[in-house]
Amino acid sequence: MDLTRLEINRRTALLTSAAIAANVISPMRAFAQEAPKKGGVFNVHYNAEQRQLNPSIQASTGVYIISGKIQESLIDLDADGKPVGVLAESWESSPDGKTITFKLRKGITWHDGKPFTSEDVAFTAMNMWKKILNYGSTLQLFLTAVDTPDPQTAVFRYERPMPLNLLLRALPDLGYISAKHLYESGDIRQNPTNLAPVGTGPFKFVKYERGQYIIADRNPDYWRPNAPYLDRIVWKVITDRSAAAAQLEAGELQHSPFSSLTISDMARLGKDKRFVVTTKGNEGNARTNTIEFNFRRKELSDIRVRRAIAHAIDVPFFIDNFLGDFAKLGTGPIPSTSTDFYPGTGTPQYPFDKAKAASLLDEAGYKAGAGGARFSLKLLPAPWGEDISLWSTFIQQSLKDVGITVDIVRNDGGGFLKQVYDEHAFDLATGWHQYRNDPAVSTTVWYRSGQPKGAPWTNQWGWEDKQVDQTIDDALTELDPAKRKALYAEFVKEVNTELPVWMPIEQIFVTVITAKARNHSNTPRWGSSSWHDLWLSA
Amino acid sequence: MRIIGLAGRRLAASIPTLFLILIGVFLLLQLAPGDTVDALMAQMGGGDAATARELRKFYGLDLSIPAQLANYLWHLVRLDLGFSSIYGKPVATVIMERLPPTILLMTASLSFAFFFGLVSGVIASHAVNKWPDTLISTLGLVFYATPSFWFGLMAIVVFSIYLQWLPAGGFEDIGEVRTGIFRVMDIARHLILPTLTLGLIFLAIYLRIMRASMLEVLNLDYVRTARAKGLDETRVVMGHVLRNALLPMVTLIGLQAGTMLGGSVVVESVFSLPGLGRLAYESVIQRDLNTLLGIVFVSALLVIVVNFVVDLLYARLDPRISAEG
Repeated sequence: MDLTRLEINRRTALLTSAAIAANVISPMRAFAQEAPKKGGVFNVHYNAEQRQLNPSIQASTGVYIISGKIQESLIDLDADGKPVGVLAESWESSPDGKTITFKLRKGITWHDGKPFTSEDVAFTAMNMWKKILNYGSTLQLFLTAVDTPDPQTAVFRYERPMPLNLLLRALPDLGYISAKHLYESGDIRQNPTNLAPVGTGPFKFVKYERGQYIIADRNPDYWRPNAPYLDRIVWKVITDRSAAAAQLEAGELQHSPFSSLTISDMARLGKDKRFVVTTKGNEGNARTNTIEFNFRRKELSDIRVRRAIAHAIDVPFFIDNFLGDFAKLGTGPIPSTSTDFYPGTGTPQYPFDKAKAASLLDEAGYKAGAGGARFSLKLLPAPWGEDISLWSTFIQQSLKDVGITVDIVRNDGGGFLKQVYDEHAFDLATGWHQYRNDPAVSTTVWYRSGQPKGAPWTNQWGWEDKQVDQTIDDALTELDPAKRKALYAEFVKEVNTELPVWMPIEQIFVTVITAKARNHSNTPRWGSSSWHDLWLSA
Repeated sequence: MRIIGLAGRRLAASIPTLFLILIGVFLLLQLAPGDTVDALMAQMGGGDAATARELRKFYGLDLSIPAQLANYLWHLVRLDLGFSSIYGKPVATVIMERLPPTILLMTASLSFAFFFGLVSGVIASHAVNKWPDTLISTLGLVFYATPSFWFGLMAIVVFSIYLQWLPAGGFEDIGEVRTGIFRVMDIARHLILPTLTLGLIFLAIYLRIMRASMLEVLNLDYVRTARAKGLDETRVVMGHVLRNALLPMVTLIGLQAGTMLGGSVVVESVFSLPGLGRLAYESVIQRDLNTLLGIVFVSALLVIVVNFVVDLLYARLDPRISAEG
C-alpha cells in the first residue's frame, strides 16, 4: 500500500474534521436571533435526473430532493426524529392493530385549486403505494381497503396487525399523496403529471427543462402561516462533481445535498467560511457500507471463511484515512442513528485480527499455498459513490494479506444490479444499505430468505435461516414497541453471528450549503423534506 | 444540378454504412450487462421482481434480441426513431431538444480553432525558427497536451470563481427571461469557456498543419516565380500560397467533425451544457437503447453532411479536383 498517499489523506481528514466542527456550530448560533426574511432564489445541485418526479410511485432521494417540496406526505419527522403530522393531523390504531385511522388537516387545496380530501389518500394508498411504490408494496402488502367516511377521515384496514410505530416511521418516505382527480384515468406510470407534479406543498412546480434545470415557485396559498420564505427553488442538473463544486464557489449554486461532491471537495469547502458542510439533518438517511457474500461459492458458505474475511479488514484504519469525519465504525444492519432500534455494540463483532483470520482459514481447510495464496474471489463494487470504490480496493488489499486474491469487476448501475441480484455472478459484492427509519422497511429484506430472483437489495446470497426468518416475521406484526425492539436486537445478534452480509461502516450523507441559509438541517431527513421554513439571510 | 446529383449519390452510398453502424452499436450494447429496467431499478433504489417483469414487457424487452433489432430497423425504415424510455418522449423530439447546444458548440469551436489555427500557422511559418514561431509552436504543444476537462476546470476556476467574468456552467441564465438579441448575447457568454476548452486542442492541430503546409508551399517553384514577378509579400501569401496550403486544413475539418462530437461529452459535462454528448453518455448509463441509436444515427448524418461540404470546398479550392471525382 502506498504510504505517502495515506499520510496525505490522513492529514486532510484531520484538518477537515476541525474545520467542519467549527463551521457547523458558529454560523447557526450566531444568527439565531435574526428575524426570518422573505424572498430569494435557492439554487440546488441535482446530480442525476429521474425518469419521473412523483414520490407516491417512486421512493428515492433523487425524487424527494425535488418533489418533496411540491408534494406532501401524511407524516414527517420532527427535529427529534419523532413522527409529526403534515397532511394528517392525528392518528390512532385499534387495539388489534388492524385498523388505523388518520384525521386529515382541513382547508388544504391542491396547486390547481381543487380541495384535498380523504379520497386522495385512499386512491394513492390503494393504487400507488400498494401497487407501484418500491418498498411501499411490501409495507402495504396486507392493506385491504381505505375507507373514507368523511372528507377528513381515512381509515386504513389491514389483514394482519400493522404496528402503528412502523407505519408512522415509514410514512415520511412512503406516505406522499397524489391528487386523485389527476390520476384517475389512464396508466399511472405514464401520466404526464409525473413530470409536472401537482401537490399541496409550499412550492409549485413551474418548469422542467431536461438536462438543464427544474423550477418551483412559492405557493401563495400554502396552509402553514407565513410559509414558505423562498421565492423560488431552482435545481440545476450538473453531473460532473468537480463542476458542481466550482459552481458553488462561483456563487451559482447554494446547496449540494446527499454527498454529491467529491470527498476532497467537501473537505475543502468545509474550510471555506461561505459554506456549511455538515452531516446534520441527514440522520434519517443513514447508509451502511456492506460486504455481501455469495453462498453459492463453496468457500463462502463456510462461516469460518466469512468471519476470517471480516477479521482481515482494518475498518477503523480505512475510515480514518479515507472517509475522515464523514463516517464511523458500524456494528451491523441497524445503524446507531436509529435510537428506537439500535441494539448497541453487544452483538458479535469482528475486530481487525490478521492472525485470527489466517487461523480461521487454516481451520476451514484453505491452507496457504505457494506464495501464501489460498483462493481467489470476484468482487463487484456498486458504482454509487467514491467511498465504495475506495472500500473495494481496500478489501482487495486487505484480503491479499491473508492469502485471498480478489479480482474487482466494475460495472455501472444497471450492470451491477443485473449481475449481483439477477444472475448472481459474484463472490463478494459491496455497496450501500440505506436505512429507512424502521428495520422492517428496507433492512430485513437483505436477510429474509425466499426473495424472488432479480429483486434488487434483497437476500440474493443463497442464504437461508429459519430462525432469522421467524424473527423477521414476528417483528413485522408485533404491536408492542418494546417487544419489537427486543425482536430486532435478537435479529441483529443472529445475523451478525451468521454473517451473510457484513455492514461494518456507518455513514451519514453530507450536506454542503451556503452559510446564508437559515433553518436548514433541522430535521433528520431535511434534504428530502419540504423546506417550508428555509430562508436566506442577506 | 450536378451538385444535387452528387449529393444524392453520396447519401445513397452512405445508407448501408449507416445501417451497419446502427446494427453494430445495437449488438455492442447487448454485451453490457443489464437493461433499461435494471438501470431504472438502480435509480429507484429498490423494487420487486413482478414490477420489473411488467416494465420489461412495457418496453418490449421481453422479446428476443433479433426480434428487437428487426423491430427497431423496421421503425427506422419508416423514419421513426422510436420512443425514449428515460424521457418518455419520442427519440426524435429528445434529440432535437439537445441538438442546438451541441451544434452551436461544435460550430463555434471549429470556427475558432480553424481561424486562429490558420492565422497563427501563417505567422509561425513566416517567422520560421524566429521567436514568434517558437512561441506559437510551444503554445500549440501545450494546448495539444492539456486534457480538455482539466483545461475546462481551470478556466472555470480563473474566469468564474476568481475573476467572476463568465458563468461557470449552464446554457443560459435562468434567473431572468431574455428574448431576442439579449438571449443570444447571454447564450454566447455561456459558450465562451466551453468553446475555448473544446477548441484549443483542435487549434493546436490546425496550427501545426497550417505551418507545415505553408512551409511546403512557400518553397514551390510557382511561389518563387510570383516573387520574381515582383509581387509584394502579402499578395504572394494571400493569392498564391494560402489557397493551396488550405487543402490539408479542409480535409482535417471533415475528419474532426466526428472527433469533436466525442470531445463534447467531456466539455458538456464539465460545463453542464444540455447537449447531445451528455445525452449519449446518459443513455448508455440508463441503457436507453433507442435514444442511443438515435444519437448515433444523427451524429453519423452530421459527419456525412460535413464531409460532403468538405468535398464541395475541395472543388472550389482546387479546380483540378472536379466534383465528378
